[in-house]
Amino acid sequence: MNAFRSLTSKAILLPVDNIDTDQIIPARFLKTTHKEGLGKQLFADWRYQPDGSPKPDFPLNDVRFEGAQILVAGDNFGCGSSREHAPWALLDFGFRAVISTRFADIFRNNCLKNGLLPVEIDPQMHSELMGELRAAPDAPMTIDLERQQIALPNGKMATFPIDTFSKNRLLKGMDELDYLLSFEAQIAAYEAARPVHDR
Amino acid sequence: MNRPQTLFEKIWQRHIVAQEAGFPTVIYIDLHLIHEVTSPQAFAGLRARGLRVRRPDKTVAVADHSTPTLDKDLRLVDDLAAQQIRQLEKNCQDFGVRLYNLDSQQRGIVHVIGPELGLTQPGMTIVCGDSHTATHGAFGALAFGVGTSEVEHVLATQCLLQHKPKTCEVRIEGQLARGVTAKDVILALIAQIGVSGGTGYVFEYSGSTVRALDMEGRMTLCNMSIEAGARAGMIAPDDITFEYLAGRLYAPQGEEWERALADWRTLPSDEAASYDQHVALDVSHLEPMITYGTNPGMGVPVTGSVPDPQQITDPNARAALIKSLNYMGLQPGQPLLGQPIDVVFIGSCTNGRISDLRAAAQALKGRKVAPGVRVLVTPGSESVRRQAEAEGLDRIFKEAGAEWRWSGCSMCIAMNGDQLQPGQYAVSTSNRNFEGRQGKGGRTFLASPLTAAAAAVTGCIADARRLLV
Repeated sequence: MNAFRSLTSKAILLPVDNIDTDQIIPARFLKTTHKEGLGKQLFADWRYQPDGSPKPDFPLNDVRFEGAQILVAGDNFGCGSSREHAPWALLDFGFRAVISTRFADIFRNNCLKNGLLPVEIDPQMHSELMGELRAAPDAPMTIDLERQQIALPNGKMATFPIDTFSKNRLLKGMDELDYLLSFEAQIAAYEAARPVHDR
Repeated sequence: MNRPQTLFEKIWQRHIVAQEAGFPTVIYIDLHLIHEVTSPQAFAGLRARGLRVRRPDKTVAVADHSTPTLDKDLRLVDDLAAQQIRQLEKNCQDFGVRLYNLDSQQRGIVHVIGPELGLTQPGMTIVCGDSHTATHGAFGALAFGVGTSEVEHVLATQCLLQHKPKTCEVRIEGQLARGVTAKDVILALIAQIGVSGGTGYVFEYSGSTVRALDMEGRMTLCNMSIEAGARAGMIAPDDITFEYLAGRLYAPQGEEWERALADWRTLPSDEAASYDQHVALDVSHLEPMITYGTNPGMGVPVTGSVPDPQQITDPNARAALIKSLNYMGLQPGQPLLGQPIDVVFIGSCTNGRISDLRAAAQALKGRKVAPGVRVLVTPGSESVRRQAEAEGLDRIFKEAGAEWRWSGCSMCIAMNGDQLQPGQYAVSTSNRNFEGRQGKGGRTFLASPLTAAAAAVTGCIADARRLLV
């Protein structure tokens, strides 16, 4: 997992509420046994025409946003299916952070495991950000994880919450499983202490 | 005396392996269910690190998402699906995990076979790389969906790092009218609180309606907790739970059973226990529900009509509704009754159990599927299929003109070749009406098995209560 410290990038605006993981990556692409290469299928049904050519009016196809690493989406982003293919696809496309007013629980967890930063800001700041991006679509903005702060293109600052454990892990690019494996002795002790039928 | 606790808190506390200030809790997992879609990358991770599956005896695998439901030879839809299932076989073989494969008589949808085999038990922590894991909460277990990284964590350590979620009591009161089912209750709840109403919470369903539901109804209720944003939904175990479990293959037997029973009876929330949040729902006047939009919260009584975006003040909600109606091809104010449909899908982990098939058969008996309508009946498991055949339900379906299929997730997720064509309308007993969920361009109305059967015989959205007279 790559470390995440601070990021300055253009942002792509996708102002739709309740974007579910079936939209982020449709189920027909889940037959893969790998994590890599899913960026092509990101938002496939919104992004491509039936003949497979890109839809010109879909923001991810807009050349102005090439190289953008931040996605700004509507409320409750990532609801529905638990598929981790959703953050894998977002990362493979090039995103490192998603900004919304709320993230679905499983999706948020999946993001944090993969170094994709879910940035939750309040609705007022979110609507200000959307206004900014509509006025100046390719203006860069900054996300600083250490300070838990985002700087809007107009320079206005907002803070976002993240639990200390995930924050430190992301800053160091540290995998969660390494930490969990360090509990081997406690896990064995827990198992041994259980009633026989639960062991 | 100990502080009064909820069902959730009791189970959480029992499963704490380690807890350090400022860190998530290390929680022990009693049962890990895996399937072909969300596990391959987790096994690849184990191989890369040279790790084993720590507790293969607490891990159970089944192929259900990509599996065929029509072909007698069970030919897979494409090479990718075949490869994914071969990979599951190899992973289970290499790591010593019990697998219910395509030739198993006990296979089926993971959330149907867990309870059926008695693997799912009160007081357990249960996870699966699948958001509908909430289903198992019907037994008074803490059951929730996880991503593939967490599948790997559980395979390697039998534990997960979790922040303690908040609790919400969902109190449901009132006697359900004839023709109104658990599916209608959960659709009404999601319509009331929205698809993010439960985000950050574990639901505990309580109240007279819940107590009166059988286990299959309770599973339907818990199954769709995730559609309200709640990672888990639970119901306190009671005699209905114990009666369901008694004698099942992996349920405790003999003295073990007595000991388990005594323990399970201590699980229900203490009277004075408190929750972080409360939601109340009175279902005494509830009608059969149906969705009209592209998320499960967009539901109305079947006798209702499509909402008008002009009457919605919140600009985001209005925009979402306009987008949905555009996708669905529906007009504001249009009644749902009489809306023509092309396909009916009866099945899934939400409504693919025997009582669901009985309900659908009751409405289809002696009737014919409307001309031009395709009806798929997909049992939730092979065991449900055999039971339905023993009861003659398959004949009712076939004589009516429906397709009687093998078990699997089928058209709920449309990975196995069972899918809608672009533009087609379906009444579906599954759990998601997202854009393209049942096939690219397909348009889904979520409803109960009864309402689905009524649509099958009339060729349009219909009030099933009229068929029950």
